[in-house]
Amino acid sequence: MGIKGKKIAVLSGKGGTGKTLVSVNLATLISEANYVDCDIEEPNGYLFLKPKNIKTEKVTREVPLINHDKCTGCKKCVEFCKFNALAYTSKLIVFENICHSCGGCMLVCPEGALSTKEREIGRIEIGKSSGVNTYTGFLKIGEPSGTPIIEKLLDRVSTSPLTSIIDAPPGSACTTMDSIKDADYCILVAEPTIFGAHNLEMVYDLVELFEKPFGVVLNKTLDGENPSKDLCVEKDMKILLEIPFDEELGRINSKGHILINESKKYKEMFGVLLNKITKEVGR
Amino acid sequence: MIIAIPVEKDAKESLVSEHFGRSNYFLIYNTEEQEYKFIENSAAKSSGGAGIKAAQIVVDENAEVLVSPQLGQNAADVINEAKIKIYKAQVGTIKENLQALEEEKLKLLSEVHEGYHGN
Repeated sequence: MGIKGKKIAVLSGKGGTGKTLVSVNLATLISEANYVDCDIEEPNGYLFLKPKNIKTEKVTREVPLINHDKCTGCKKCVEFCKFNALAYTSKLIVFENICHSCGGCMLVCPEGALSTKEREIGRIEIGKSSGVNTYTGFLKIGEPSGTPIIEKLLDRVSTSPLTSIIDAPPGSACTTMDSIKDADYCILVAEPTIFGAHNLEMVYDLVELFEKPFGVVLNKTLDGENPSKDLCVEKDMKILLEIPFDEELGRINSKGHILINESKKYKEMFGVLLNKITKEVGR
Repeated sequence: MIIAIPVEKDAKESLVSEHFGRSNYFLIYNTEEQEYKFIENSAAKSSGGAGIKAAQIVVDENAEVLVSPQLGQNAADVINEAKIKIYKAQVGTIKENLQALEEEKLKLLSEVHEGYHGN
């Protein structure tokens, strides 16, 4: 058993809870692992892992290409598009940045006036940081949907014999769903606030919907009340680890250092987490 | 001339809407026939691209003039492509704006904001 070849997704309902902290430290602790940064609007795991020998691949998606000579202005495509990416005045207009590449307009066009062209929406960078293979997605600013980038990232590790730690985007929308859909286990990271508990509930609903086994890491915990912990008790969620609100941690992290490389205390703490996850995944 | 105005209510005394793409209704006023009608803005409930769909509605009504307090870039692209003139609406009622338009007190909306696009 064990977690070799398994995919472990780390997610949270909001940004800044500690997804990257957990992901980077777990990947480093496993040492021979894949770290996949699917937080494509703001990837930051590479700032800690500092990968070398980076190879870059472009990511494109298909958007409609209009043959104006064939278009008769029936507006069937305009009416079909749920994203309102098409308009017809004296000619058909495409808003490529709004298009979600569903291809529906091409299917409904009775004149065959629509075909496809490739639009570049971002890139992936593949590198190496000691034993950790890093896969980082970058979405171009202004692009509405980065799911093709996430699909490409996950495709690169789909048959890997190593453990893959997937650093998911915040929230519970399409890109998060794409990031966790092939995961064997999910780690939900939450802050000890009412807002944090609300966002934890969002991702809790998501992993339940996807029927994924999961556990919770409570980050930045303090003495006193923790609404996220209360929610874990209420919903019977397994708490894997509590990371204290700690100045030392903040200092190491803010310098872009990897916590477990700098602190024995945290190396032990993440060791306990990894053991628990290994047991959970093996169940 | 056909004039389109985004409005809050489907009533003659309504205020002009603060938004274009997500206004509740559009007033369509035909100056020659002195006829007016209100049409529901089906774009208002769109998750995205509301401005584009709202602009399509205005285009489909054969409007020649649009009076609106603001307009996103995408909506403006559609409206401009259809060669519809855009005037900046004043805060106030439909009547006040139609009167101001008639008296040539409204300015062309040259400052187009970038829109509030979400996913």
